[in-house]
Parts: sequence; structure tokens; C-alpha cells
Amino acid sequence: MIKFLVYSAILLGIIAATQLMRVFELASELKGTRHYEIKEADNRRNGKLMFWFMVTFMLFCFWQVIKYKDKLLPVAASIEGVELDWLLNFNFIIIWVVFIITNVLLFWFSYKYYGRDNAVAHYYPHNNKLEILWTTVPAVVLAVIIILGLKSWTTITAPADPNMRIIELYAKQFDWTARYAGTDNTLGGFSYKLITASNPLGVDANDPKTADDFTVKGEFHIPINQPVEFKIRSRDVIHSAYMPHFRQQMNAVPGMITFLHFTPTITSKRMKEITNNPNFEYLLLCNKICGASHYNMQMNIIVDTQEEFDAWLKKQKPNLSAAPATADAAEIKEGK
Amino acid sequence: MSDNHGHGHGEHHGHGHDDHHHHQETFITKYVFSQDHKMISRQFLITAIFMAVVAMLMSTLFRLQLAWGEAGEKFAFINYMLGDKWGKDGVMDPNMYLALVTIHGTIMVFFVLTGGLSGTFSNLLIPYQVGARDMASGFLNMLSYWFFFVSSLLMFASLFVENGPASAGWTVYPPLSALAEAIPGSGAGMDLWLISMSLFVVSALLGGLNYIITVINLRTKGMSMTRLPLTIWAFLITAILGVLSFPVLLSCAVLLIMDRTFGTSFYLSDIFINGHPLDATGGSPVLFQHLFWFLGHPEVYIVLLPALGMASEIIAVNSRKPIFGYRAMIGSMLAIGFLSFIVWGHHMFITGMNPFLGSVFVFTTLLIAIPSAVKAFNYITTLWKGNIQFTPAMLFSIGLVSTFISGGVTGIILADSALDIPIHDTYFVVAHFHIVMGLSAILGMFAGVYHWFPKLFLRMMNKKLGYAHFWITFASAYAVFFPMHFLGLAGVPRRYYSNTAFPIFDNLMDINEFVSVAAIIGAIAQLIFLFNFFYSIFRGPKAPENPWNSTTLEWTNGVGHIHGNWAGKLPVVHRWAYDYSKPGKSKDFVPQTVPLEDGEHDGGEHD
Ligand code: HEM
Ligand SMILES: [Cu+2]
Ligand SMILES: [Cu+2]
Repeated sequence: MIKFLVYSAILLGIIAATQLMRVFELASELKGTRHYEIKEADNRRNGKLMFWFMVTFMLFCFWQVIKYKDKLLPVAASIEGVELDWLLNFNFIIIWVVFIITNVLLFWFSYKYYGRDNAVAHYYPHNNKLEILWTTVPAVVLAVIIILGLKSWTTITAPADPNMRIIELYAKQFDWTARYAGTDNTLGGFSYKLITASNPLGVDANDPKTADDFTVKGEFHIPINQPVEFKIRSRDVIHSAYMPHFRQQMNAVPGMITFLHFTPTITSKRMKEITNNPNFEYLLLCNKICGASHYNMQMNIIVDTQEEFDAWLKKQKPNLSAAPATADAAEIKEGK
Repeated sequence: MSDNHGHGHGEHHGHGHDDHHHHQETFITKYVFSQDHKMISRQFLITAIFMAVVAMLMSTLFRLQLAWGEAGEKFAFINYMLGDKWGKDGVMDPNMYLALVTIHGTIMVFFVLTGGLSGTFSNLLIPYQVGARDMASGFLNMLSYWFFFVSSLLMFASLFVENGPASAGWTVYPPLSALAEAIPGSGAGMDLWLISMSLFVVSALLGGLNYIITVINLRTKGMSMTRLPLTIWAFLITAILGVLSFPVLLSCAVLLIMDRTFGTSFYLSDIFINGHPLDATGGSPVLFQHLFWFLGHPEVYIVLLPALGMASEIIAVNSRKPIFGYRAMIGSMLAIGFLSFIVWGHHMFITGMNPFLGSVFVFTTLLIAIPSAVKAFNYITTLWKGNIQFTPAMLFSIGLVSTFISGGVTGIILADSALDIPIHDTYFVVAHFHIVMGLSAILGMFAGVYHWFPKLFLRMMNKKLGYAHFWITFASAYAVFFPMHFLGLAGVPRRYYSNTAFPIFDNLMDINEFVSVAAIIGAIAQLIFLFNFFYSIFRGPKAPENPWNSTTLEWTNGVGHIHGNWAGKLPVVHRWAYDYSKPGKSKDFVPQTVPLEDGEHDGGEHD
């Protein structure tokens, strides 16, 4: 019944609008005007709207920046992140300048040159000098952007130092597991064929390198000012290991091991003070669509001082060697 | 220059009574299996509008979820649209959320902005503006539409399958899209998605080949390449991009079909899912991404270039000035077209692709910004000292230039691989591509509809409703997408059903509410357009021959739809398309059909 009423109301609305249109059009026909023709008054009105749109739009953008600038991510908590933030701000200055100048010119000209009845436009088909100018200036600016960008990119993605602490991040629908490489700092081998309920990562228990490895869920710890290398794997679909506070991200791809490394510079405790938020935690999020609970696949990251970290480490027991091995030796992949 | 005698092809199209000759014609050949470019153009447009409404409704649904649904609010509307299975008690199912964003993206990118935009305007304008009687092959053109139609139908039908439509995102990355165990939408819904897209590719190829051949071979006497309106250049380059890149999407889809149904492992390796290991080894999900984006990036220009081309034309006509830097505009479109084939890796910086390869893609991607900048400056200079006539089409075109710039500049950030690390797949990317591609192309499409409505339906649309439509749409569009940059910079990932699962994003909830309110206002504003459009088709005032005082050929053939487009001989072209306000002329426009005076310089030639 309600549906019927809603549909009838919509139908009546359409009919009413049609009739109203008809009346307006007949009225303007009687006045002898063609209502689609553009009058000077239309131009003036829309020209002014262009101007006011420009003003509002620019104010809106600035207002948004002011409103949200403190709600964005807090200061970067890694060496790499600090460098990226600098680069980001540098690029932002350039694009804000371009954005403002071009948009203002666009709307300003639209307003200034709105059509008048007796005006004639200026015939101006081209100007080689101008065109060369605005080809070369962007080219030069972009060259700077490219050079600075690639410099950061090559340092950040350079191969990890073999002495870095190694942690594996293992993704599956819908959670993360961190596997620490233990005292030998080498991860044991694994195969997806070894996966069972009691061996969710499919590690090879017979591999001597597995003996000292351990896994944690829910949260994992890293010490401050020490570079860590993450080796990232996935069990099922593509996930992405996203650690926004460290400005780091890398996809987790089934069948592949991907890498990223960074050096944390601010402990979790300190960050709680900086953000003035006692509940603050660094997060590892999933950032590649991976299924129904994609939005809820995270892990806390705790950045400790060296002492805190050592104390935590002592409490962790190797917990993988008990897993039974059933796969062909040939199918086991090196943990390296 | 070839004179076109292709009078024989194309079914007769007797819309007006002023036709000089009459064929026997049935309803079927006239309205359904028509081979007339004008009718096919309208078929594409109406189909695209239907699909756009579907996709827009989806976006209002997921915006409701993002702003209020996750805070526990329940919506009868959600239950009404999604039923008890997916919207029980007015709460959206997380799988359905992903399905909605997937199909929304697919429909908007492919069905509205590729099929709809090129299909409508390449079909309408290529024969008209080059001075041809119809497309090179009316039959293939008809097939192109019907493949598009069936493909749209399948995509729409996929919404109603048991386990829901495809849900792996519009980029359908495997293994998520390959394994029904990974997400319900990767069952029958994904099969339909793949079949639909394969047919879509066939449609795009048939259409594209036709467009290319028509532009190359059927230009009328005097219509040299450098006298073509920029619309035609844009359609031509778009068609070439499509013909070169869509086949790769087809192979990409076919390999995925094989993985899904025949047990191959092109994209799959070492997977354990649903309690058992899969046999597949040796495949690579990254291979899929290479294939997908090899189409995917040119695709974004396939979407954008026609809109830019139409804006060039509309801005020149309504500034009453020649487009500034005609040759530079062609050159930059060619450069963009070429470069768009060697930048796809910028979608893959952090997929495990070799970082050195990433560096190469940074370089090529940022090169694209140069021709893009040239185009933007040239549009702005065209307005300078113009005598601007604010038709609704002109407003939409100016809006397009604005969004093209505003969205383009953020591309510079994303193209910087180092900066892309922390913002890839966040809302910053959503903001970037919606503004630069989504908004620019849809504003261009509206501009095209308002400008060429007299040629499409022989009537005029209502100006005032057009103004209202533009201003609400434009303002709400920026209000929707501009704030998303901040969500992205705050680290909010895209494709999250809810941002309240953990506290990090709590202080950003008000952005989501603001965005959703703006989105709903914007959606309602489209009712103004729909009303104006359908009302004017039937009751709008009859259009005069040349309502905007344009120079191009489509405005020289009277007021009816004529079989063969021109009643008598084909028009002969004597000058470029942009003689607006040329000094020493009595009127502020000189049609392309008017011969050059003694000693007069053709504007298309550089001096
Ligand atoms: C100055 C020019 C441009 C540059 C440098 C640029 C750069 C980029 C980059 C690097 C990305 C990948 C971002 C990421 O996923 O993290 C991207 C995404 C995208 N760009 Fe652009 N872009 C530009 C212009 C355009 C234009 C003109 C369009 C469309 C007409 C466009 C459409 C898209 C789309 C659709 C995506 C996102 C695809 C997805 O992940 O779903 N871009 N752009
Ligand atoms: Cu995930
Ligand atoms: Cu791209």
C-alpha cells in the first residue's frame, strides 16, 4: 500500500512538472521569445556566478585545509616517512600554486568576458611564443619533481642490509600474523601444502632454521631506531601491508615474497604523547580489497625502546617446531 | 580528399516529413536494428543513461552506508533496494557493499563513459562533421550497438544472481576474482561480468574500427586533416587507443575465464583457501595487473579525450573565438595518446614490481603532464577576450576544464612512486580519478548532450533547467570529491565497508557525512536533467538549423533527420572549423562551407 502511494506520488509529480513546463513555455512563446536563446542577462548572471563560484570554491578549499590539517596522520614515525613527508609537502606547494592560478584564471576570464550584445571577441588563433613557454616551464618543473622523487624512491626501495632484523608478515582472510626469525635471524622454510589448523603458516618444522622462530598475532613489537625488514606473504588473495604512520606499504601476493624495510623513530609511548591520545596505536592495515572483512583486518604495531623490546623478546617462545611436516621436500620454499 | 558516395548504406530514416525520398521501412529497421548513425547514437545515449541511473543509485546506497550505516543507522531505503538478503533490517551486508562499488565503477567507466560517450558522440558527430552520408559500415555499426546492448543487459542481470554480482573491485584482481571461495561475488556474478566485458570489447572494437575508417576515408571534399574540428581528432585518437588496447583486456579476461573454469593457472600460485590447497602453481597475479592496466591506463584517456574534444569545440563556439593553438591541441592529444601506452606501471608501484621498472614508469607518467598542461592553458587562453555565451553546454565545458586541472595536479603526486607508497589505494586516489576522469568526462558528456541535442532529437532543451542542473551538479561534485583528498592523506584505505572497526579514523567521520550529503544532493539534481531531457525529446521547441551559430558541417543540413545527412550533394569544405570573430567578416562566424575570399588566409594554416 505504501509502495503504491509512493509510486503514485512520483507519477503525479512528473505529470505536474510536465504541465508546469508546458505553461512556462507557452507563456514565453506568447511573449515572442525563444527560451533557449542566450540573452545578455543570462551571460551576466552566469558570469557573475562563475566569479562567485571561484571565490567560494577557493575559500572552501582553504577552509578544508585548515579544518583537517591537524586530523591527518601525525608526524611520520620513521626515517623514510620523514623524507617522504618533506617531498610530499614540496610537491604540494607546486600543485597548489598551479591549481590556484589556473582555476582563478579560468573562472576570472569566464566572468570578465561574459558575452555582451555589442561586443566582438578578439580573433587570436595561436601564439608560438606563449605555447613554447607553457610547454617548457612545466617540463622544467616536472624534471625537478622527477629527480627528487626518484632519489627518494631509490633509497627507500634499495635492497635491505642483510643484518637487518627480519620479520615476516603473513596475510590471510582476514588477519595478519607476524613471524620473527629468531636468534639466527633467518626464517625457516615453508610451503602452502603444509598448512593445517595447527600450522597456519605452513612452516617446515624439520627445517633447523624454524627451531627458533616464533609467531605473534594481534600485535607485534619492533625496537626504535633499528631498521627492520618485512617479508610479506599471502595465503589466499592479494592483501596489502599498509602502515600509514611509517608511510609504508607493500602488497602481499600469493606465490610471491615481497619486501619493505624502514627504521622506526618514535616509540608508541611517545606517540601517545605527541598525538595527545592515550589510546593511540600504530597500525598495520590491509589496503587491498580482499573480501568481506577487508575493512577489519589490522594488527597493532608497538614500537619499544631497546630495553622494552629485549624484555618482550625474552618472553616469546619458539612455537613452530611442533608442527608436523607432510609435504614433499621439493615443494618447500626457502624462508630466506 | 575522397568524395563520399556512400548513399546506399544505412537504413532510411524518416523522422521529418521534409525527406526528399521515401523508402519502405518497418518499425524494426527504423528504431531497433537501425544502421543509421543518428539512430545508433541515440540508442547508445539512452542505454548509457539507463546504466548511469543504475550506477548512481548504487553510489547513493554505499554513501548512506559510509556516512551513517556504519554508525548503526538503519535505512528502509537500503532494505527496499537490496532486499532482505543483502539489506536485512536496513543494514547493508559487507559483501554487498563491495559488490556495489565494483559494479558502480564498472558501469561508470565502461558503460557510461566509454560506450555511452564514444558511442553517442562518435556516432553522431563523425559522419556529420566530416561530411559523410553515414559510417563506413552501417552494419558493423549496428552490431557494435547490439553487442553493447547485450553486454549491458548481462551486466545488469548479474545484479540478480543468487550470490550477488562481481565484488572484487572494478579492476577485478585475481585471485579474489578467480576463486568463488574467496568472496561470494566471484561465483556466477563474476562469470557474467567476464562475459559481459568480453562482449563489450567486441562492441568497442567494431565501433572503433568504423570510426577510424570513416574519419580517414569518408571526409568530404576539402576536409583535410588539418581542417577537422578537434572533436573529430579526439574521437579518432580515442578510437585508435581503443583498437590497440581493448584486445589486451580481452586476453586478460579470457585467461581469467580459463583459470576460473578450466583449471589453468595463469594468475594463480601457491594458494590455500577454504581449508585446502589449490593445485595451481606457477601463475602470477601480477601478470593480470600488467595486462589489465595495459588497457586500463589508455582506457582512462579513452574516457577523457572525447570529452576534451567536445569541450574544445563548445568552448570555441561559445567564446566566439577560434580555439587557441589548434595544432598544439592536436599535437598534445597525439602525445597523450602515445604516452598513455607506456605508463600503465604507475598503478603497480607497490605490487612487488621491480623498483627500477617503477622508476621508468615515473618518468613516462610525468611526461604526460606536459601535453595535459598545454591543453589546459590553451582552453584558458581561448576564453581570454572572448564574448562568452553561457549556454548550458558552455558551463559544463568550463566545469570540465576546471576538474581536469584540479584532478590532474594530484596525478603528479601519485605518479611520484615514492609518494605513492603511502597513498596508493587510499581515498586520495579515489579523489584524483573521480575528479580528473569521472567528473571531467561526465561534465563533457552533459556538455555534449546540451550542445548537440538539436541534432540528436531535433528539439531544444530548456536553458533554465540546464543552468540549475549545472550549478548544483558542479558545486556538489567538488563537495563530494575534494574532501576525499584529506581522507586519503589521513590514511583511510578505499573499499572499506566501515571505518569504525577501530578508532584511528573516528575524527574523520564528519567528512564522510558531508560527502554523503553532497552526493545525495548531486544525485537529486540529476532528476532535473532527466526531466529536461525526456521532456524536451517530446515537447521541446523545434530546433533551428544552426542554434549556436557554429561553423561546422553538422549545422548545414536543415532541420530534419535526413537519410544520407545532406539532401543534395555533400557539402564542400573551404576553411578550418574555427573562423569565429574573424576580422573583416560581417558575421562573427564563417561556416566551413564558405569559400575563402581572395587572399584570405585559412586559419588552420600557420603563418
Ligand atoms: C597529469 C596527469 C596524470 C597523472 C600524472 C596521473 C597519475 C596517476 C597515478 C600515478 C595513478 C595511480 C595511483 C595509485 O593507484 O596509487 C593514477 C590513478 C588513476 N588515474 Fe591518473 N593521472 C593523471 C591523469 C589522469 C587522467 C587524465 C585520468 C582519466 C582521464 C586519470 C585516471 C586515473 C584513474 C582511473 C586512476 C585509478 C585507478 C584505480 O586504481 O582504480 N588520471 N593516476
Ligand atoms: Cu586483506
Ligand atoms: Cu593510469
